Amino acid sequence: MRAIGHIAVNVFRESVRDKVLYSIVAFAVMLIAVSYLLAQLTAGQDLKIIKDLGLASIATFGLLMAIFIGIGLVWKEVERRSIYGLLTKPIRRWEFILGKYVGLVLTLLVNVAVMTAAFYAVLAYQGWGVDELARRAWPAPPMDPALLSAIALILVELMLVTGIALFFSTFSGPFLSAVLTLGLWVIGHFNTDLRNFENVVESRAAAWLARGLYYALPNFDTFDIKAQVVQGQHVAASYIALSVLYGMVYPALVLTGAVAIFSRRDFK
Amino acid sequence: MDAIRTEALTKHFTVGFWRPRPYLALEALTLQIGHGEVFGFLGPNGAGKTTTLKLLMQLIYPTSGHAEILGRPVGDVEVKRRIGYLPENPYFYDYLTAEELLEYFSALFGHSAAERRRRASALLDEVGIGAERRLQLRKFSKGMLQRVGIAQALINDPEVVFFDEPMSGLDPLGRRHIRELILRLRDRGCTVFFSSHVLSDAEALCSRVAILANGRLVSQGALSEILAVTIRGWELVVSGLTETALAHAQSSAGIRGATRLGPERYALELPMTVPPEHLLAKLVAAGATLVSLNPLHDTLEDFFVRQVAAAPEERGLESTRG
Ligand SMILES: Nc1ncnc2c1ncn2[C@@H]1O[C@H](COP(=O)(O)OP(=O)(O)OP(=O)(O)O)[C@@H](O)[C@H]1O
Ligand SMILES: [Mg+2]
Repeated sequence: MRAIGHIAVNVFRESVRDKVLYSIVAFAVMLIAVSYLLAQLTAGQDLKIIKDLGLASIATFGLLMAIFIGIGLVWKEVERRSIYGLLTKPIRRWEFILGKYVGLVLTLLVNVAVMTAAFYAVLAYQGWGVDELARRAWPAPPMDPALLSAIALILVELMLVTGIALFFSTFSGPFLSAVLTLGLWVIGHFNTDLRNFENVVESRAAAWLARGLYYALPNFDTFDIKAQVVQGQHVAASYIALSVLYGMVYPALVLTGAVAIFSRRDFK
Repeated sequence: MDAIRTEALTKHFTVGFWRPRPYLALEALTLQIGHGEVFGFLGPNGAGKTTTLKLLMQLIYPTSGHAEILGRPVGDVEVKRRIGYLPENPYFYDYLTAEELLEYFSALFGHSAAERRRRASALLDEVGIGAERRLQLRKFSKGMLQRVGIAQALINDPEVVFFDEPMSGLDPLGRRHIRELILRLRDRGCTVFFSSHVLSDAEALCSRVAILANGRLVSQGALSEILAVTIRGWELVVSGLTETALAHAQSSAGIRGATRLGPERYALELPMTVPPEHLLAKLVAAGATLVSLNPLHDTLEDFFVRQVAAAPEERGLESTRG
């Protein structure tokens, strides 16, 4: 177990020293800052625009990071054969996979925290010195704590994406892994349509297939409460809790699969 | 109990995409290596040395057969705790410094922070990495990486070490350092298993060797045994020997060959079965003087070339099966 911690810390260290990652975070922070300027162009909608853009930036750049690092984590070690030195130390293969996963989640956590800080800084600036009348026109306060629940679910979504990227990277190259992960992510956002599929088709078999896929494929829509939060609508705590649970169980299953494949494979 | 034991260890790779067929990388290797031995694993390129080492490290799984280290199956975490491994052409992490890499690996053995620093710096001293230890490994040359690879293999004071071509990429001084290091390991009671195709390394270091060719074990044993049975004979160098005296000696004494080195100076070769004293007495009587007398040993190199040439070449399985 101790090994998992050391491996995770090393993943974090690797990403901290990666210039590409810096550029992604810097770009995200810049975009969040620019949302303030955009907001000034649209009277009345200013706060909504900042929130929409901020949350979208965190989600998108988080996704970019999760895929960009996730697909290379295992593959790079195997391809460059640094894994020879590591796996002959007293660790088990599942500890390696779990360590990599935890390390990447840790990295994402820190980066999302940085983006969130930038986001709140812009919101605070926007809300500064606004009079009571204008304040009342907003559906939600600028530094609404509910935003944090939206961000938390983004993070949970990223944990799922990371698990999937890691799974693919245990047996395929980075390009294929990226395509497959992104593909699943896109499909996972239209998952609800699969559910409705059975209402529009005649065929029994097709309906069953659609239903099976609906349960098997990840459902990324679950994690998207951005719109509700920005509108100031209440999101039930039970919904959030259930989504978090889903976001824990699914990666656990995916990682089990990754370990099963990884434990049996030869390193060329 | 042996330090290392393999039983009919076999690895077939599947090659060919359209018509996959097995390719024999290692066939039924059975070896026993005792504690404290320095064992040389020799063979030409593609013989299956690296394949064997990777099987012992469980980086690949055998097609059939079995291997044990220190009485436990390979891949066991308890085994990994007590061994060290230098991969062929080692590569580690670009973004770590040599120091950080060793401390990271040391941490995986559960060493305390102070202990990690102590071990890392002592080992880097031992393999001759100086101030460069603070550089990221991406800036390391091949030979420097090789040294870091050797250092990381020793981070846990292993009882058994596996070196895949430890001398590769090293300069002459570096090779000598590593030779001395292997001897120091032996003196500490460490079992050393190393692969090489540099025979002089094996001659200088090993108590026993195995020779592998085309995935099959062709010979194994103590170097002295392997070489003792192949003493070729004697070589006499004499001067002041006239051609008539030479012709006379050649007709009677069973000389296998004579090479003219200069005026009245010859190197004469005698088979093992003929004691050189008689011939020598004759030649001296004919007015010649002895310059040197040497036993003709077969070198490991001669032996190696012969063994490898005799090894069966077939590595596909189709013909052996039917
Ligand atoms: N992943 C693989 N797939 C297919 N064939 C392989 C694979 N790995 C090794 N081989 C084959 O197995 C044989 C043995 O290779 P191995 O690397 O063990 O040789 P070696 O004795 O270490 O050679 P060298 O002295 O060049 O390092 C080679 O013919 C090689 O082509
Ligand atoms: Mg090799």
